[in-house]
Amino acid sequence: MSLGYVISLLYQYVDNVAFLLLAALGLMLILGVVNVINLAHGELIMMGAYITTLAYNRAHIPLALCMVLSILGVGLFGMLLERLVIRRFYDDKLGALVATWGIGLILSQGTLLVFGPSMQAVSLPSWTFSYGGYSFGGYRLLLFVIAIVVAVIAWWTFYYTRLGVRTRATMQNADMARALGVDTRRIYLLTFGAGSALAGLTGALYAPTTTIVPLMGNQFVDVAFITVVIGGGTNPIVGALTSAALLSLIATPLSSTLGTFIGRIGLLIAALIVIRFLPRGISGYFQDIRYRHMARVRS
Amino acid sequence: MARWYTGLWRIFNGPQELGRGRLFWCLFMLVVLGLLTYPAVGSVFALSNLANFCLYVPLGLGLALLWGYNGVLSFGQSAFFAIAGYLYGIIAGNLLEMPGGTLLAAAGGIAASMAIAAAFGYFVFYGQVSNWIIPLLLLVLSLILETFMAQTAGYQWRVGDVLLGGYNGMTNVPSLEIGSLSFGGASIAFYYLVIAVMLITYLGLRLLVNSHYGYVVAGIRDDVERTRMLGYNVARIQIQVFVVAAALAGLSGILYVSWGNYINPSSMGLLAATLPVIWTAVGGRSSLLAVLLSTVTLRSLADTLAVRGGEYAFLIMGILLLVTMLFFPAGIVVTLAVRLSSWKTAHGELKQNRAR
Repeated sequence: MSLGYVISLLYQYVDNVAFLLLAALGLMLILGVVNVINLAHGELIMMGAYITTLAYNRAHIPLALCMVLSILGVGLFGMLLERLVIRRFYDDKLGALVATWGIGLILSQGTLLVFGPSMQAVSLPSWTFSYGGYSFGGYRLLLFVIAIVVAVIAWWTFYYTRLGVRTRATMQNADMARALGVDTRRIYLLTFGAGSALAGLTGALYAPTTTIVPLMGNQFVDVAFITVVIGGGTNPIVGALTSAALLSLIATPLSSTLGTFIGRIGLLIAALIVIRFLPRGISGYFQDIRYRHMARVRS
Repeated sequence: MARWYTGLWRIFNGPQELGRGRLFWCLFMLVVLGLLTYPAVGSVFALSNLANFCLYVPLGLGLALLWGYNGVLSFGQSAFFAIAGYLYGIIAGNLLEMPGGTLLAAAGGIAASMAIAAAFGYFVFYGQVSNWIIPLLLLVLSLILETFMAQTAGYQWRVGDVLLGGYNGMTNVPSLEIGSLSFGGASIAFYYLVIAVMLITYLGLRLLVNSHYGYVVAGIRDDVERTRMLGYNVARIQIQVFVVAAALAGLSGILYVSWGNYINPSSMGLLAATLPVIWTAVGGRSSLLAVLLSTVTLRSLADTLAVRGGEYAFLIMGILLLVTMLFFPAGIVVTLAVRLSSWKTAHGELKQNRAR
């Protein structure tokens, strides 16, 4: 096993982690705080990709600016969605699941009607370098860096800002938080907006790497759902990071030797086994350990 | 009247389903009679179309049982539909010469759906996961299966004599045959088969949900913990219901393949997965009858709309689903039925008061 091969595996691993993290973090944030699964997440990612592609191809705005437009556009759309629809399903998770599915269907089929079956993609910034016979895309590495930066920003907001304290209070006990003067509705609105903005960012970032079609969200959501199920909504950031790291560890060797399909099946089986033993996901398990530890210290 | 007969009748008219009065059963008989005599007047094309709409009824009723009566939502019913359809095609295509080969294939297809459902159910139901995880993972299962079947084009992907066909689908699947009777898509025999399957499924499930077992199933929906405390093995019952729903989906899948002699990967894709959910939600998941009606109606509506292009049909279905979830969370048919019965009661009381 040459050094080049090891580096290439590492590169694939990092690429997978970035993909899972970007695809799932927004979904997980919404699950953890608002306690709703947004099945239209894939369509929001698709929207982000369309905004970037349209802005770049038609208005000739610099690519980075297009991506900012995607984040803002999809984030605002998410807040609108929360106001109009999601708000009615706070205590009905299955209802939210079905309603957001309807939204997803409307968005994808509406896009198909308005923009047609496919669109010319933005050309990929071609920064490549090679080592030991393997070539690596610089853009992919940039994606990883951005994914980590996003996770760090989320972490910082969660634990080092006033908004974060209020959000965590809402997660822990919404009634109590409300009694102490936290506007939980605003927290829900902002969180849903932030989760949607993350979907917009993901779509914008991956727009140059894939074909732009109305159903492109699918390739993100199937792995995103597995990541969310394994991570659990108890602590969105810890859950997303650990779950993305674990799943990439499974998917990277499987996909590189046996193909993408076996890789995905491996992920599904991993998810089934994990939830058989940790029904609330990895972050739920961590919380249990912490509570047990606290109980032991107290007694 | 014999005793078992009245007992059965009472179960049929139990409280877990809409439509209990004498008027309802008269109407029901009238509709059945109409369906049975329809071949005398309808054209072959109309019969074949109606059979196509009705063959989805077991798929819809299975989800109604699972979601409406047991509280477990599934986005994977179309996957079970397609697994049975594909397996039927593979087995039947290899047993062309054998008498009764298609029946064996049908049994094999349904058994495969049930086995996959049981294996999946073992993990999620014994793990006692939260209720949102199950639909999510089933959706992932459907998406993975679709991507897999879509790339099986080419000669190397074949089982025995049958080509899987990739995105073009599996073609020339033989229709069901019993003895010398062939159930091709455009035959009167197939029409009667579908009507019989539809009625047996409906009445059978009606019996099931109003039996003691059905009460336990509904008890799990209302409160899992309480049912467990009462001493029922919740996970086992949930798996059983899940497997029954998968079997019904598989039954629809086999009828579909027998009708069109064709199946392709999009029948287990994202759009196909939405359809049973839409039928069940729009009709009203708490009533089998409502889901039966909405399944047939929405199938025919989608067929009419599809003439203008599939994206219109799905757009309108999506809008319908969202509107239902926002304004008629119990389902449109169920809401109407409840309004009607409360109006009738109020009306009846008024009459009584006047008489007094």
